[in-house]
Amino acid sequence: MGRKLDPTRKEKRGPGRKARKQRGAEVELARFLPPEPEAGRKKLSSHGRRRAAKRRLAAGRSPATGGGGRGPEIKEQVSPQKQKPAVKTAGQTPHRQSGFSDDNSKWLAPAKAKKTPSKGNNMELSSDGEVEESIWEMEEEEDGSSEEMVDDYGASSSEEEELLPIEKAALKQKADRGGLSEDDSEEEEEEKEAAEEARTQKMGQKEEESPDLQLNLDIDEQFKLPTNEQIEREAVEPPDLHIIHQRIKGNMEVLQDFAVKREEGRTRQEYLALLRRDMAAYYSYSDFLLLKLMDIFPLPELINFLEANEVPRPVTIRTNTLKTRRRDLAQALINRGVNLDPLGKWSKTGLVIYDSSVPIGATPEYLAGHYMLQGASSLLPVMALAPQENERILDMCCAPGGKTSYIAQLMKNTGVILANDSNAERLRSVVGNLHRLGVTNAVVSNCDGRQFPKVLGGFDRVLLDAPCSGTGVISKDPAVKTNKDEKDILRCAHLQKELILNAIDSVNAASETGGYIVYCTCSVMVEENEWVVDYALKKRNVRLVDTGLDFGKEGFTRFKDRRFHPSLKSTRRFYPHTHNMDGFFIAKLKKFSNAIPQAQKDEEPAVVAATPSTVPNTVMEPQPKKKKLEGSKVDKEQKPPQPALKKRHTLQAQRRPLKTGRPSAKTMRPQVPGRKKHRVKQKGQ
Amino acid sequence: MRPLTEAETRSVFEKLGKYIGENIQLLVDRPDGTYCFRLHRDRVYYISEKLLKVAASVPRDNLVSLGTCFGKFTKTQKFRLSVTALDFLAPYAKFKVWVKPGSEQSFLYGNHVLKSGLGRITENTAQYQGVVVYSMADIPLGFGVAAKSTQECRKVDPMAIVVFHQADVGEYVRNEDTLT
Repeated sequence: MGRKLDPTRKEKRGPGRKARKQRGAEVELARFLPPEPEAGRKKLSSHGRRRAAKRRLAAGRSPATGGGGRGPEIKEQVSPQKQKPAVKTAGQTPHRQSGFSDDNSKWLAPAKAKKTPSKGNNMELSSDGEVEESIWEMEEEEDGSSEEMVDDYGASSSEEEELLPIEKAALKQKADRGGLSEDDSEEEEEEKEAAEEARTQKMGQKEEESPDLQLNLDIDEQFKLPTNEQIEREAVEPPDLHIIHQRIKGNMEVLQDFAVKREEGRTRQEYLALLRRDMAAYYSYSDFLLLKLMDIFPLPELINFLEANEVPRPVTIRTNTLKTRRRDLAQALINRGVNLDPLGKWSKTGLVIYDSSVPIGATPEYLAGHYMLQGASSLLPVMALAPQENERILDMCCAPGGKTSYIAQLMKNTGVILANDSNAERLRSVVGNLHRLGVTNAVVSNCDGRQFPKVLGGFDRVLLDAPCSGTGVISKDPAVKTNKDEKDILRCAHLQKELILNAIDSVNAASETGGYIVYCTCSVMVEENEWVVDYALKKRNVRLVDTGLDFGKEGFTRFKDRRFHPSLKSTRRFYPHTHNMDGFFIAKLKKFSNAIPQAQKDEEPAVVAATPSTVPNTVMEPQPKKKKLEGSKVDKEQKPPQPALKKRHTLQAQRRPLKTGRPSAKTMRPQVPGRKKHRVKQKGQ
Repeated sequence: MRPLTEAETRSVFEKLGKYIGENIQLLVDRPDGTYCFRLHRDRVYYISEKLLKVAASVPRDNLVSLGTCFGKFTKTQKFRLSVTALDFLAPYAKFKVWVKPGSEQSFLYGNHVLKSGLGRITENTAQYQGVVVYSMADIPLGFGVAAKSTQECRKVDPMAIVVFHQADVGEYVRNEDTLT
C-alpha cells in the first residue's frame, strides 16, 4: 500500500491490485490546494497557458486579481523556475503588444523588476519575492476571478498593495539589522537615507519598486570608518571576528572604488591602516608582515593569499622511478585504500593524495623506497635544473633530501651528486632518505655552503634551495606570521647573496652540458628573491635563462623604488592561492664565463698590478697575489675565454699546491662581496 | 676514509657471503665501473670509483655519508650488516623467505617471523642460514636468519619462530637517527 497523506481520511478503492496503488501527488495534494476555478476548463500545458494569457490580454485588461486559467497549481508551486521564463516572455509580450501608457503603468512597471533580480532562484521567502508572489497569486485564484493579468508578479495594483506591507515589514527589519551591523555614528539616519538613495539610484527605478530589491542591496550600504569611541571600545573587549570580517570586506570594497565610496575628509592611508589592523587581528599576522604583503599583492589577491595560508596544501608524493613506475605505484596504493590522482600534466612522477585509510608515510611501498613525500612545488626547481646523466651536481642546501633524490632519479644513478647541508641534525634524514630510495651516486657532506668552491668546485650544475624566511609556507608553519621582522628578512637576504655567489663560483662555465645554477626559495618576499638574483647578475658573469616551466607568475622587474634587470621576467613565482602549492620562487642562471668581474673602483690598482703580472710564471705572495691575479684576469677577459682559462690553470698550478694533489678546473676564490660596486659588463646578457 | 684492512675485508665478505654466497664478485666488478668498499667512522661504504674521487676532496670532519652504507663495525670489531644494504643483497640472494600479507606489518615492526606468517621458503635452506625476507608481492622487506631448516619448517607448530629478524625496512622510520 502506498503512503497516504491523511491517515484519517480513507479513500474508497475498488477491488484488485491496481486500485491499491497510490495515485500520485497530484491527486493527494488536490485536497489541499484550492480547487480549479472552472471545473469545465481543460488543464493546459505551459504553452497553452501562454497562448491563453495572450488571448485574455487581447480581450481586455483589468487590474483584476492575478493570472488564472493556468494549469495545475502544483506545477507553479513546485517549479517557480518554469514560471519565471514563462512569465518573462509573458511579461515581455504585453510590452510589445500594448505599449506603455498611464493606465497600465502600474502593472507594466513590475515587469522590469522581474528581469533585474538575480537568477538565484532560491526558494527562500525573504529573498525571492517571486515565490511569495506566486503563492499570493494562488490564493487569489481561490476567489475564482477569471480576468487575470499575464504576469503573476504583482500585475495588479491590489496585489501590489498586498505585497507591500510584507515588503515594508521586511524592509524595516533589514534596516534595523543594517543599523546594528554598521559602526555607531551620529549620521546613522543620513547614512540610511544615503544608502536608500544609492539603492534606488542604482536600480534606476521609482521609489515603489525599490522595496522589492532592497533585500539584495544590503551589501551596498556605505562603509564607514569607526570612530574613536568605537576603537577604544574594541580595544577593551575581546575582538569579535565576525564584525572584523565584515569590516574587512566593506573596507576592501571602498578601497577598490575609492573615489566613489570614500568618506569625505578621510585619507586612503586611514582606510589602509584600518584594513591592516583588522587583517592582523583576523588572520593573526604581524603588522610588519602585512605591510610587506600589501606591497607585493594587490588587495583582492591579498585576501585570497591570506585565506589560502589558513588551509594546508594537498599531500603530494613523488614516484621513485629508480624502483617503480608511477602507474604501478598508483595501483598498489589504491589497493591499500588510498585515494589519489596524477599531479598534473607538468609532472610525470607526481601524485596527489586526497585521502587515505593508511598512513602514507608508513606503507610498505614507502618503506621499500617506491615514493617520497614531497610538496608539489619542490618538484619544480629540479625540473628547471634538468640534470643530465653523468654530470657532477652540487646541491648546496639539500635537507631533507627530496630534491637530491629527484636529481638522482633523473640522472638514473649515474654521475655524482654532492649533497651538502650545514645542519648536521637534518642531514640524518637526508642519509636515511637517500638510502631508502636507493640512491647510490651521492656523497653527503656537512659544510657551510659558503665554503664552496673551496672544498670542491667545477660542477656542471648547482641547485641552491636557499634558507629563507618561509613566507611561502605559512600554511605549514603558522609561526612565521608573527616571528619574522625586518632584521630576519635582511639577514636571510644577506646569507642568500653570499650563497648564490658561492654557488655561481662552484660551477664550471666551460662544462659541455651544464653551466647552470638554479636558485630557489620558498618565500614570496622580493628582498629574498628578485633582489638576490639581481645582485648576482651584477656581481658575476651570469645571465638569466628560461626556467622551462610554462606556468607560474613572472618575477617582478621593478618593485617600489627598485629597478631590476629586465631578464628577471624569466624567473617564476608560485603562490598558494593561484597554484595550490607552497609559495615558491625559481630562477635559472647560466654562467657564461669563469672569470670573476672586478669592480670598476679597483681598476686603478688592478691596472697597475696588471703590468708586473704580465710576467706569467712568477710565484707571488698570498695577499697581493690575489689582486694581481685578478688584475691579470681582467686583462684577459678581453681576450677570448679559451686561452684565458688555460693561462689561469698554469698560474694556479704553480701558485699554490692544490689540496687534493690533483689539478682540477677550479675557479678563482671569489672576492669578498661588497668591495666591488660596479661590474665589467659582458656582452651576451 | 680509508680502504678496509685485510681482517676487516674478510669479516665483511664473510657476512655478505652468508646471504649471497659466491656472488660477491658481482658486487665488486659491475658492468658500469669498479666498486669498492671504504671505511669511514666505523661504517663500511660501498661506492664506485668516480664517487671516490669526489668524496676524497671533502674534509673528513665534514663527510657524512658516501654512496651506500653496508653496515658498521661494532666496538669489538664484529661486522653488523644494516638494512641499507638490502638493495644490493636482494637481487643476489640465494635463500629467500616470503611472508604472508598479514604478518608483513609485524615483521616491519621488528618482530621475528612465525610459522603462521610464513608464505614460501626456498628449498634446501639450512638452519641458521642467512635469508632475505620478501613480501608476497616480491618487495624485499629485510633480512634475517633461518631458525629452522625447510624440512623442519613443515613440521613445526604455527607459533614457532622460523626466521630471526636481523634488519627490516621499517627501520628507516623507526631508527632514522642511527642510520648515520
